[in-house]
Amino acid sequence: MARAAVQRRLNWRLGQVLELIQETPRVRSVVLAVPDWPGHLAGQHVDVRLTAEDGYQAQRSYSIASPPDDNERLVLTVERLDDGEVSPYLVDELRPGDRLEFRGPIGGYFVWDASMGGPLFLVAGGSGICPLMAMIRHRTASANTVPTRLLYSSRSLADVIYRDELDRRAAIDGGLHVVHTLTRAQPEGWNGHSRRIDAEMLEEVGWAPAERPLAFVCGPTPLVEAVARTLVDLGHEARRVKTERFGPTGG
Amino acid sequence: MDESQLRLDGNAAAGVLQEIFVQELTAARGACASCGMVAHMGAQHLYMYPRAPGAVLRCNTCDSVLMVVVHDGGRRRVGLSGLTWLETREPTPGS
Repeated sequence: MARAAVQRRLNWRLGQVLELIQETPRVRSVVLAVPDWPGHLAGQHVDVRLTAEDGYQAQRSYSIASPPDDNERLVLTVERLDDGEVSPYLVDELRPGDRLEFRGPIGGYFVWDASMGGPLFLVAGGSGICPLMAMIRHRTASANTVPTRLLYSSRSLADVIYRDELDRRAAIDGGLHVVHTLTRAQPEGWNGHSRRIDAEMLEEVGWAPAERPLAFVCGPTPLVEAVARTLVDLGHEARRVKTERFGPTGG
Repeated sequence: MDESQLRLDGNAAAGVLQEIFVQELTAARGACASCGMVAHMGAQHLYMYPRAPGAVLRCNTCDSVLMVVVHDGGRRRVGLSGLTWLETREPTPGS
C-alpha cells in the first residue's frame, strides 16, 4: 500500500462531509467520506481547493489526521487563520453533506509507517499535532508497540487539540508518553511545563541520542527550526530529524 | 516580514512536483550543484512567495537554488540548474 500511495497521478476528487468536530475554539476536524481511497501513510497531506462562483480558486495543503487504518474515511483538522482564504470557510461555513474538492495523498518524506520502527519522538506546536496524531493513531491501530514520546506546545489548555483523546490513549498505553507545555496561559494548579520548548525540555522529555530515535517535528516555522537545530546540537542525527513547517502561506 | 518566515520544507512542494513529474519526489534524493550535499527533496528548504507565481527549492546546507517552478499563462517552467542529480526509487512490480 505504501507504494500505491506514492506512485499515482494526482487527480482532484470530491469527498462528502460526514461530520464536523469542534476540537478547540479555532480548530475543527472535517470528516470526509472517501470511497475508493487508495490508502495513505501517516504524515501525508492533501490539497484542498475551493472555487468561487466567479471561478477564482484557492488551494491549501492540510495534513491527514486519521490513520491509514481507517477505511474510506479521511479526517482533516483545520485551524482557522483570520486572514486565510480557505481555513475560515472550512472552520466556519462547511456543513455536513457538503462536498469538498481535494487531491491526494501527497508526500513521501514526512511519513511514518509501523515498519520504520522507532523509538519515536514527536514534537508538535499548535496544529502541528495533526500529522503526528495520524502517526499515534496508526501506531495503536496497527498494534505497534514502538515506544513513543510526544512533546506538545500549545498557548493554553483550551488550545490543546485532541486533548481528551491524547489523555485517554496515554492512560491505557504504557508505550505512549505525552507531555504538554503551555506557553501563554496556564490553568490554576498547572504543574506541567509553561515555557517554549528549549534544549532542557527536549533532553528531559525526549530520548538520548544513543537510542537513535526517529524524530518528527511539526508546527510553525520558528518552533520547528529551533527544535530541529537543538536536537542536532544535542547529538541527534540530522537525517533522523524530519520536519514540517507551517508557514504564513497556509490558511 | 522576515524572509525566514516564508521558509517551508520541501514536503510542501510535494503536490506541485507530483503534478509535473507524476512520481512522488519529496522522498527522492538530490545533490546540490553548489556544495555537493545530498538530501531528500522533502528536507530541502522551500520558499513560497504568496504574491509570486512560483516556488523555489533551496539547499538546506548552503542555501543555493536547487529548483524553481514558475506558473504563468497556462505554462509551467521548471528550472533545474542547481541540481547535479536526482535519485528516485524504481517502482516495485505490481504497485
